[in-house]
Amino acid sequence: MSVLLITEHNNKELRPFTLNAATAASQIDSDVHAVIIGQNCSEAAKKLSELPVVKKVLSIEAAHYENFTAENFAPVIVKLAENYSHIVCSANTFGKNLMPRIAAHLDTSQVSDIIKVISPDTFLRPIYAGNAFATIKSNDLKKCVTIRPTSFDPCESTGGSAPIENVEASEEFSNTKFIKREEIKSDRPELGTARIVVSGGRGMQSGDNFKLITEIADKLGAAIGASRAAVDAGYISNDHQVGQTGKVVVPDLYIAIGISGAIQHLAGMKESKVIVAINKDGEAPIFSVADYGLEADLFEAIPQFMEELNKLNTIQK
Amino acid sequence: MKILVAVKRVIDYNVQIRVKEDGSGVITDNVKMSTNPPDDNAIEEAVKIKEAGKATEIVAITVGEEKAQETVRKALAVGADRGIHVKAEGTLEPLAVSKILQKVVDKEKPDLVFMGKQAIDDDCNQTGQMLSALLNWPQATFASKIDVKDNKLEVTREIDEGLETIEINVPAIVTCDLRLNEPRYASLPNIMKAKKKPIEEINASDLGVDVSPRLQQLKVEEPPKRKAGIKVANVAELVQKLKNEAKVI
Repeated sequence: MSVLLITEHNNKELRPFTLNAATAASQIDSDVHAVIIGQNCSEAAKKLSELPVVKKVLSIEAAHYENFTAENFAPVIVKLAENYSHIVCSANTFGKNLMPRIAAHLDTSQVSDIIKVISPDTFLRPIYAGNAFATIKSNDLKKCVTIRPTSFDPCESTGGSAPIENVEASEEFSNTKFIKREEIKSDRPELGTARIVVSGGRGMQSGDNFKLITEIADKLGAAIGASRAAVDAGYISNDHQVGQTGKVVVPDLYIAIGISGAIQHLAGMKESKVIVAINKDGEAPIFSVADYGLEADLFEAIPQFMEELNKLNTIQK
Repeated sequence: MKILVAVKRVIDYNVQIRVKEDGSGVITDNVKMSTNPPDDNAIEEAVKIKEAGKATEIVAITVGEEKAQETVRKALAVGADRGIHVKAEGTLEPLAVSKILQKVVDKEKPDLVFMGKQAIDDDCNQTGQMLSALLNWPQATFASKIDVKDNKLEVTREIDEGLETIEINVPAIVTCDLRLNEPRYASLPNIMKAKKKPIEEINASDLGVDVSPRLQQLKVEEPPKRKAGIKVANVAELVQKLKNEAKVI
């Protein structure tokens, strides 16, 4: 049997984590078919067909798919599921919202947020905010699996030429109406895929002070992250939150400034390759995961950090 | 409007999780347990809606072993009117819980079902969506703002790209984000009063749903530990290390 990959896109382009999900799908079975559901999304469908791991693209277009509502997506995917052993999607807010709806219709127990494919029916996944790893075997005939995108490398994005097959849309679900989406536009790299992330916590003390984080991020070409405490306090918007209930990031360099390191925050960043912590409390838990810890007042340390960066001849971007 | 709120008993979020030596799970004996944090937000929101005169009754429900009833009692102390405890032993997967909730919804006929967006023990993030599917109701997941308008809700959802607003017709399911509200503490008089509020006990086996696990947990292990790092003396040393030792900038 084959794997059905659910594509995340914005009707024009593939969302980057689709490539990571495609890699995970191909580790389950080499026969990966990708379904793309949207409105006027043929450009994105074409890009999907160019992924070498994708063997066939199923394209479904209708006006009621424009905003990716789970209530509209689930029935049409359930219909397709007949031909597949696995349904795979990213475990971001898109996949988290959608996949359980599909799994319930298929009467299958979903395996959420896997970080490793051990075999086609056995997966590794973090539980308790990553404080334990569970090896889970699914005994269901059909398996619904969401994958943690940062745990899989993105697949090649060019060179393939899978056939694109159009599939008929299903009926509209009329009890849910999309109103608006407020996407925060930024010229900075995306938090989930950035090479460097600079994050601020409650220690920043105000939204204004986040400018200091912004300056460093600009200098390093980094994305900006935040602890839940900083988001809850209104210093910065929710899309920057790193942690158990926010985004999981695995950058080459994670700089945590004024973040104490609650378990829930560590869950979102402790797999980063190099971790720097700047905090005036030498006992803060963040230092237990930091490769380089600096015990200092951040309001003194950040300007000095900028100065030192300015002295460097080159900075990798 | 009647609101059913589902709550789950989990290891308290401040407890350092320890894995059992035999790899069969995590240690739960003599460990502090609490209501799953976003479930507290779900209760709080229901109570606020009732206080605003837009709901008539709040029913708190939990599914699980004897002690799970504590979470219902806590919900009663912050404003739920009555409770339901569906008794079940052993591991219950979200699919099983959603089937149990479906049976209770069929009987109770609530207009809204609220619960946390995710449980912080298994981190599955499935039950609300599964229940919506089984009932064929609209779902608003990761809710950070709810406006009740007659027989509709306008819900702001936290998504990866920012915020999304949708309108859903009642009956509906909402899964609550931590930023939806600030859960209140129960006052002592209210805790006393809650002891008199009724909790109906139902055996899961009497509901006629198959709750047997479909997943096998083969092993639970500690995640790989990070190597201990070093403390640097000053910013200059930090930047020098990042440039020349870690080679990341």
